[in-house]
Amino acid sequence: MSFALAFQTAAQLSDQLAARQVSAVELAQACLAQVRATDDRINAFLSFDEPDILAQARESDARRAAGQPRGPLDGVPVGMKDVIAVRNQPLTCGSRMLEKFVSPYDATATLGLKRAGAVLFGRLNMDEFAMGSSTENSAFKTTSNPWDTARIPGGSSGGSAAAVAAGQVPVSLGSDTGGSIRQPASLCGIVGLKPTYGLISRYGLAAYASSLDQIGPFGRTVEDVALVLQSIAGHDDKDSTSFRIEIPDYSAELKKRRGPWKLGVPKEYFGEGLAPEVRASVEQAIAWYRSQGCEIREVSLPHTEYAIAVYYIIATAEASSNLARYDGIRYTHRSPKATDAIDIYHHSRAEGFGPEVKRRIILGTYVLSSGYYDAYYGRAQKVRTLIRQDFLDAFREVDALLAPTSPTVAFKKGEKTANPLEMYLADIFTISLNLAGLPGVSVPCGFSPSGLPIGLQIVGQPFKEAELLSIAHAYEQAHDHHTKHPAL
Amino acid sequence: MPDTPNNIDIDYVANLARLALTPEEKATFARQLGDVLAYIEKLKQADVTGVEPTAHAFDVHNVWAADVPQPGLSVEDALRNAPAQRDSMIVVPKVVE
Repeated sequence: MSFALAFQTAAQLSDQLAARQVSAVELAQACLAQVRATDDRINAFLSFDEPDILAQARESDARRAAGQPRGPLDGVPVGMKDVIAVRNQPLTCGSRMLEKFVSPYDATATLGLKRAGAVLFGRLNMDEFAMGSSTENSAFKTTSNPWDTARIPGGSSGGSAAAVAAGQVPVSLGSDTGGSIRQPASLCGIVGLKPTYGLISRYGLAAYASSLDQIGPFGRTVEDVALVLQSIAGHDDKDSTSFRIEIPDYSAELKKRRGPWKLGVPKEYFGEGLAPEVRASVEQAIAWYRSQGCEIREVSLPHTEYAIAVYYIIATAEASSNLARYDGIRYTHRSPKATDAIDIYHHSRAEGFGPEVKRRIILGTYVLSSGYYDAYYGRAQKVRTLIRQDFLDAFREVDALLAPTSPTVAFKKGEKTANPLEMYLADIFTISLNLAGLPGVSVPCGFSPSGLPIGLQIVGQPFKEAELLSIAHAYEQAHDHHTKHPAL
Repeated sequence: MPDTPNNIDIDYVANLARLALTPEEKATFARQLGDVLAYIEKLKQADVTGVEPTAHAFDVHNVWAADVPQPGLSVEDALRNAPAQRDSMIVVPKVVE
């Protein structure tokens, strides 16, 4: 029996599971069938463990038969970016350094999904160690954008976004350090949320930049994103940077709050470099909010022009420290060329890391090195304070901000790989939120004339995800972008 | 900021980072990172007088774990990804002559 998966949402699938119209096993098989039918062209998955997926699905069906389903996510497949630890599954981080690594433990977010009864489905492609904006830095394969397979899906969570956009899984998890959830969501025409820094535990997320990283959900709708967020948000003793805060019922809040809201439009996000079709789509979305009685105010975030420079100092500095653990000694690739204890580091790391990772480690090491620390890292940390303060000042006047997610629609494979700096500049609209620790969501707001998705980014106040998602949900439900999907 | 931002001493930095680079990589990275550092120069223009650095977006201080022993990874789990092992130990090249 084949269940017609047909790009349904997790909420729709959850209802059908509850009504016994489909079993978790049938649903898992439908997802596997969609992966088989499309992934030769999309290449979203690095691996998937079919026996394990079906075993999880059978356990879900058994719970339901015994009258003990764990909640709305029980039996729902969730794809996992290959940077989030799942015990007994690979954790390559898109890198040859960890090509053979099998995780001995579960991330806290993984445990949240398991407690909710979700079916953890496969390992999704990514830029190596989450460094990149196109998924072209994966050591293993390049993922294609399901809307145009000659184009990139965005990055670094390109596989996670493509898998949902291609209807392979209804929801997935990614991670976002400078835009790596929001930008692929925008380029693939789906919803992606980076929560407030500290909302979701980073335990079990292979670290790139510890003061910037967050795990977050992808879904076809804001409702689906809220559903997944519910199961993974919350304080964790194992992550000392996670926040002690009460977690609301995001799904219930989504439906209760209707606005109108006071919304800010940061003028620095609408300058040159913004593609005309993106500008037009985002401006239409802003006009819609205005038509619903929202007060729209122009605000200024004057330190925006420094954000990329600040990010590429802080993130690379933190990465140079975090990636020192990949040493060829304990659990990584080890070079056969090594002859002594220092050699082993040099050669294992040279063989295990790709060029972008090496570049960022070198840059990060340089900015932290003796004589340069204050001039680069010290200064960047101070400008970070100014960037954060810009947002907090704006939030004294407005509830949230509206902006584009990406300056362009999806670009062609290979288009930006020759010049690293050009790739970095594409992060301009997403990067400041990581520096400021703020939540941001990208929702589809239209298509370019050539049919490529465009995303609207909504920036929220710290720990106010319920409000942020409500603002996004209101727009989504009044439009039909979320009902569109690529022809595959 | 340093006077010559475009001149990363690539040999020195790569050695600190324990990364053996080929001559081609050294040349390419030095050039590409030179471009990035030239871009980063714009931070000189920001007025940071009296500004405190931000290490984390939200102030969280002195988060201590309870001093209570907890089980960790089993030896088997800890060693499952070891490149070489013997007698519950990871085998490494000689460190001390």
